[in-house]
Amino acid sequence: MSSLTETAPVYTERVRLLRLGSTRLLLHASSIAVCILAWHLASTSQADLGVVTFRNVPAPLEVLAAGWELFRSQALLSHLTASLSRVFCGFLIAAIAGVALGLVIGRLRVAEDTLLPPLEILRPIPAVAWIPLSILMFPSSELSMIFITFTGALFPILLNTIHGVETIDARLIASARSLGSGPVAIFTEVILPAAAPSIFTGLSIGMGTAWFCLVTAEMISGQFGIGYYTWASYTIQNYADIVVGMLLIGLLGMGSSMAVRKLGNALMPWQASGAKK
Amino acid sequence: MTSHAARSASPARRGRIDIQNLHIRLGHGKEAFEAVQNVSISIQPGEFACLIGPSGCGKSTLLGALAGHLRPTSGSIQLDSQPLEGPHPERGLVFQQHTLFPWKKTLDNIAFGLKMKGMRRPERHRRARELLELVGLAGFEQHYPFQLSGGMQQRVEIARVLINHPRVMLMDEPFGALDAQTRMLMQQLLLDVWERVKTTIVFVTHDIDEALFLADRILVMSPRPGRIIEEISLDFPRPREAELVTSSQFTRLKRHCLELLHQPGADFPLRRLSPLGAVPENDPFRAEA
Repeated sequence: MSSLTETAPVYTERVRLLRLGSTRLLLHASSIAVCILAWHLASTSQADLGVVTFRNVPAPLEVLAAGWELFRSQALLSHLTASLSRVFCGFLIAAIAGVALGLVIGRLRVAEDTLLPPLEILRPIPAVAWIPLSILMFPSSELSMIFITFTGALFPILLNTIHGVETIDARLIASARSLGSGPVAIFTEVILPAAAPSIFTGLSIGMGTAWFCLVTAEMISGQFGIGYYTWASYTIQNYADIVVGMLLIGLLGMGSSMAVRKLGNALMPWQASGAKK
Repeated sequence: MTSHAARSASPARRGRIDIQNLHIRLGHGKEAFEAVQNVSISIQPGEFACLIGPSGCGKSTLLGALAGHLRPTSGSIQLDSQPLEGPHPERGLVFQQHTLFPWKKTLDNIAFGLKMKGMRRPERHRRARELLELVGLAGFEQHYPFQLSGGMQQRVEIARVLINHPRVMLMDEPFGALDAQTRMLMQQLLLDVWERVKTTIVFVTHDIDEALFLADRILVMSPRPGRIIEEISLDFPRPREAELVTSSQFTRLKRHCLELLHQPGADFPLRRLSPLGAVPENDPFRAEA
């Protein structure tokens, strides 16, 4: 029997990436720090660049103060729970619908020809245009808001799932058939895991776009929600609060998007680390 | 004991292939062309047959038909006097590369065929370990494919097919993507394994050295449309050693094969075909209805 002279170069690579990790974290942090500094300088010096002016932009310290105020007011918890539950409900429904539709459309041409055309027409419609209909269609404003975050999350999930299914290597399916797989096993053992990375990419993007639609959705709201808080601050011209709301949405969106991605990586340890940057 | 003696010793062996007047057309409409033309061959149980021919000549197409992934346009293929019906584990197929399931660890990749048969996990893992040992990869049970080198991945491919005790193992340039040294190792390993399992092997390659080193018989195909233009029986003794490739007999046969492959019409290499048809990027199993 011939000896094994080939080696798997994976582990040393992992160690290298780990070391690289702390350097990159430092870079991330300093990049954000530089942005805040630039914002600080622009707003305190009331920079006027002609096309864009920072004269009315609240400075970072004002925003921090407004944020602290919100934090102490205990309204924050109500705002957060309201927004989180809306975003997650919309996202969850979009995930179920998007993945299910995507699998069917990606696998069956007849489904693609019948289901995709109407969806393609609905896709470019922005969330804000849905507001009147969603108020008319749903019995409660809570459901209307969930529906709007749902429209935001659905399409990235749907399209990435379709893409994942359609780009499966035909040889993998052929191999499975040659190894005795029937249609059900092909689906559960090959199609689903092969499309999973793409599906998780869609879920991660969809989570972001659900947050993206939050302000729009919570224009309907009368009381609570980060989006509502942001919108209400605008109507009462409380500029620092607007930025607090914006940043909260940004942070929560990034955090939940990252959580989805991390969950995906944890569920799919079989992906070559080289494939991700 | 030579492999010939060993193989003739076991009675009523299975794995006989009979191909009669086989024609295969690929593509649709104006794009359609004849990939395989009037091929009639018989391959004996336990024989190691190599198909060689210029790029795009239809050798992989022929292999795809044997695997059951391509339907013959006319003619018949029989395995042990039974006509073929679609893909089946008794006709295992090994591709060139990257067809292990990336999401399954080595052991689960190898045990896949047994899982499809409904065998319970402890038993199928036990058998998979035996196969892993057979291909010299003991200790790599828990590795994912991306953690294995190209040569190791092909070993797992071979084990994954052999666990089903196939009557025939169909191999489509299985070592074509490996570096020269690894390829030599894999050829030795394949012969080693074949001596033990004694299944029929149909091996497609464009590498004349590889065919001469491995095969009992070489079937040479013409440029498209692919016909069998010559059969060369090789009686180099087994087990074969690396020194064989420098022998005068080997060189003489190699020159002969080169002449056969460089006939007029073979000057312009055509696009490679795959065992799955003319356009491998398209999924031929995507349901149309």
